[in-house]
Amino acid sequence: MSELIKTGSWVEIHQVILPAGERAPQVPEDTQKVPLELRTRGFLVKDGKVGEEVEIKTFTDRTLKGILKDPTPSYEHKFGCPVPELLQVGEELRKMVADRGGNK
Amino acid sequence: MKDNSYQAVMDRKNEIMKQAVGIDYERFATGKVSFDYEKMMSEVGYDLDKIREIQAETAVGNTPLIELRNITKLARKLAPAGKGARIFLKDEAANPSGSFKARRASVSVYHAQKNGYTGAVAATSGNYGAAVASQSVMRNLDCIIVQEVFDSRGIGQPEILEKGRKCEAYGAEVLQLSVGPELFYTFLRVLEDTGYFNASLYTPFGIAGVETLGYEISGQMKEREGRNPDAVVVTHAGGGNLTGTARGLQKAGAAETKVIAASVDLSGLHMASDHDFNRKSFTTGHTGFGIPFATWPDRADVPRNAARALRYMERYLTVKQGEVFYLTEALARLEGMERGPAGNTSLAAAFVLAQEMDEDQIIVVQETEYTGAGKHPSAQLNFARKNGIEIRTGNPEEEVAGESIIIPAEPALIKARDLDLDRIKLSYLRNIVEKTCIKELEPVDLEFLAAEVNKTTAEVEGIMEQEFNIKMVNK
Repeated sequence: MSELIKTGSWVEIHQVILPAGERAPQVPEDTQKVPLELRTRGFLVKDGKVGEEVEIKTFTDRTLKGILKDPTPSYEHKFGCPVPELLQVGEELRKMVADRGGNK
Repeated sequence: MKDNSYQAVMDRKNEIMKQAVGIDYERFATGKVSFDYEKMMSEVGYDLDKIREIQAETAVGNTPLIELRNITKLARKLAPAGKGARIFLKDEAANPSGSFKARRASVSVYHAQKNGYTGAVAATSGNYGAAVASQSVMRNLDCIIVQEVFDSRGIGQPEILEKGRKCEAYGAEVLQLSVGPELFYTFLRVLEDTGYFNASLYTPFGIAGVETLGYEISGQMKEREGRNPDAVVVTHAGGGNLTGTARGLQKAGAAETKVIAASVDLSGLHMASDHDFNRKSFTTGHTGFGIPFATWPDRADVPRNAARALRYMERYLTVKQGEVFYLTEALARLEGMERGPAGNTSLAAAFVLAQEMDEDQIIVVQETEYTGAGKHPSAQLNFARKNGIEIRTGNPEEEVAGESIIIPAEPALIKARDLDLDRIKLSYLRNIVEKTCIKELEPVDLEFLAAEVNKTTAEVEGIMEQEFNIKMVNK
């Protein structure tokens, strides 16, 4: 049972562009075995549910069809935790440049 | 109804492209393999003054040139007495979309607008997408960006995800694809469907847009130090950055300035492999683009690539991923400038190069790019670690692309490795022979090939005969 997503919602859809086995001939073996997939986002044209085929209007006003994948797409990339190996670098460089002076 | 199968669309490629860039490339053909490059650049492009005007309209260019005093000081500590050239940095992150790519996009989008196109399309996972999107906003055009983003698990590189976000922030429709060169197929279908302009990275518009970068470097340096720099180090991938910068330096009369390419060493990784895709921490500026584009520029999305790096490249250095992250950290901690890692590839090479050069000499690192969530050493190293890449402190010489990233234990361990340019030039000539199936050379072809690899006609004639048994006719 999935919730009805309202017309006009900003959603992500999914399409298979080329199924596995129909990929370009020059593609390496591991890539041949998987489909070429597309994801894009836009405003839902009619109420729909996750997993159903829906239409969206994109920012360029094109209408695209696809399976409704994500009703609330978000940007999840971040900085993450500071990397210990780099924290060390900064400390060492500051000492090298500040303490010993230049040759000029 | 139109046949939209892979093969059918690829077969319509030339027709779609002609419509979408408005250039008839056939009229520049001269011999069997040759074409008139300078004629293409001058007839199709705009001259330097016009481009400066176009770029001024959308706040592109005139970025600061900053002396990196502390990084220079560090290089001098490691260099023999009397060595340690001054390092300057052209802060291209100051462009509206956060990278030098705004220069490249500006002319294409201007041209699209002037010729009545209602939108622009670009196929790129990089900063160029954001640049086309940003310039399109300024000129009231629609914009579609086609990106290679994720592997079959649906996992995307943080750096590419950030670039996708930025394109959407400028109101571009962003089509995100899984791994594979068939991105080009989707791209062609979008061009056909929309009738938008193909804002390819490789048209004369794109390359001429970068000429202002080289021109500005010369002008700023002359104003500040009274002379041209001794070397300009350029992060090299598809070749446009290097070609445009070198042409701009030439137009400024900086004949004595050496143009040096730098790429991140990703040897061993296959660029179209679903498995390898998320095992690299650099999505541009690496040898996976740098070498194929240098040795066969016409692999691009236009019939004749205006980026022809071997014409201008005087040396080609590679650095390791760990070395670039190190210099990115150094730029933040020693110079107070936090910038994106990929753009610092040339900085890592320049740091080593400075130690070879005299201390009264000048090196310019010709770009930076913006940084942010995803497009940052911590994001990229955490992602690499999660994908099974070993991250450790040690000697970067031991780094294996796709397996490890080694942060140098001390700055003296940072090296720049020379690629054999003669071998790369030979690969270019081999590609010419194999891809065009020529059996003999006309004088016009010989002259073209000599310009392509920046050698004399006598040298190229010798190579073609000895290596490929191809002789000159109609001498």
